[in-house]
Parts: sequence; C-alpha cells; structure tokens
Amino acid sequence: MSDGAGGAGRGAPAGALRHGPGRALIAVYALFALSATARSGVQLATRFDEAPVPYLLSAFAALLYALATVALARGSESSRALATVICLVELVGVVVVGTISMLAPEAFPEATVWSGFGSGYGYVPLLLPVLGLAWLRIAGRGARAARDRRAR
Amino acid sequence: MPEYLPTALILAALVAAGWTLIGLLRDRGPDRVLLGALALIEVGLLAQAVLGIAGLAGTEREVAGVTFVGYLLGILLVLPVAAAWALAERSRWGNAVLLVGCLAIPVMIVRLQQVWGGQGV
Repeated sequence: MSDGAGGAGRGAPAGALRHGPGRALIAVYALFALSATARSGVQLATRFDEAPVPYLLSAFAALLYALATVALARGSESSRALATVICLVELVGVVVVGTISMLAPEAFPEATVWSGFGSGYGYVPLLLPVLGLAWLRIAGRGARAARDRRAR
Repeated sequence: MPEYLPTALILAALVAAGWTLIGLLRDRGPDRVLLGALALIEVGLLAQAVLGIAGLAGTEREVAGVTFVGYLLGILLVLPVAAAWALAERSRWGNAVLLVGCLAIPVMIVRLQQVWGGQGV
C-alpha cells in the first residue's frame, strides 16, 4: 500500500482515530451497529414481505454502522479512506431518506433508522456522520502533523 | 416481571451517567466507584433477563418474543463492552465512552417495556 509523499512507511500511526474523542464516537457507532443489526435482523427474518424496501434499507444502514465502527477503530490509512466514504454515504442516506419520508410518508410505512432524519433515534443518525467526518478531518490533520515532525 | 426492577435500573444508569459526566468535565478517567456501580447494574440487568424470560414463558398475552429476548440479552453486552473499551484509555474519554453506555441502558429498557406492553416490534 502506497503511503504518499516521503514513503514514511506507516505514515500516520494506525489507530490514531480511536484515541480521545474518537473513542466515544466509536462507542456510539458500535451501539448503533448493534441495535441496527439486531433490529433489521428481526425485521428481515419475521416480516420481510411486508415492506422489503425499508427493511433492506435498515439492513444497509446497519452494515454501514458496523463497517464504520471497524474502520474507525482500525484507523489505518486505508480504513480512514473507507470511513470517510461510509460517513458520506450515511450522510447522503439520512438526508435523502429523511426528505422522502417527510414528503411522501407512504413510501416508508415502517420506520427505518433514517426516517424523519433519524428522529426515532434522537437525530443521532444525522449527527453521527457529521461528527465522523469532522473527527476524521481533525485526527487526520493531527496525524499528518506528527508524521511531518518525524520526517524532519 | 416486577415493575420496580426496570425502574430502579433506569435510575441507577442515569445516576451512573451523571457520574461519568462529572468525571468527563473534571478531566478524570473512570474511577473505581463508577466501575463498581456499573458491575451492580449489570447484575440487575442479569436478574431482569432471567425474570423477563420467565415472565415471557408464563404470559398468555401476545408479546414479540424474539425482540423481547433480544433486548433482554443484548442489553447485557452494553456495559461490559463499554467498560472494556473505556478502560483501554484511562482519560476523560474513557468516561465519555461509559456515558454512551449508561445512556443506552434507559433507552433499551424503555423499548423493552414497550415491547412487553405489546407495542411495536
């Protein structure tokens, strides 16, 4: 895996994302991964026929939360990129699904994590990707600064 | 299931959440008093799981059994995982992790009671 300029080997220390505030952020992601996975598991297993699209969407969201948890906790260069993409997809998902669920409630007869911009979950689903992206930016900047110091 | 146990657990979790918040604001890591309290709450959650499953087996009403048992057992994971994750970093952010865990407990218990009451999935 290439590490960009300088070829400093590891580059930013892997796991920089899981220290400080990132640790709490990962805890929230893990909690959402657990609850969303469990909920969509039950929905898919027992009542998939009733509302396949919302239920598949719930499962997709659950998958994203689980992936984001792992990517943030690993915090290597590649998982940082993955985490950024996941956060962006989450943000787009919650905004699009939130908007649709407001404009056309009949499209989502069954609530998903993202319905009403995550209002059923205290708007945390809307907040999480924003915090995730902010943290990726802040921690990434700190890691780059540390790498530059080492390189000098 | 006796009414007082979930209520007591909600209150205890909220007090513990307040304790973590104080630690967080004072820039301290999680202390032993907190960890002891969380262990006690976990014992209470275990009792809740046993009583809940027994209650489910004994009830005539229609309760979403899989979801109910899922919550009863899933809630047991929260505090141990949060504690393990928090103790790997004994800074104020360890308290922030435990705050997340402590706040999840009341939410899950309320959902649990809704499911027991026959509401929702």
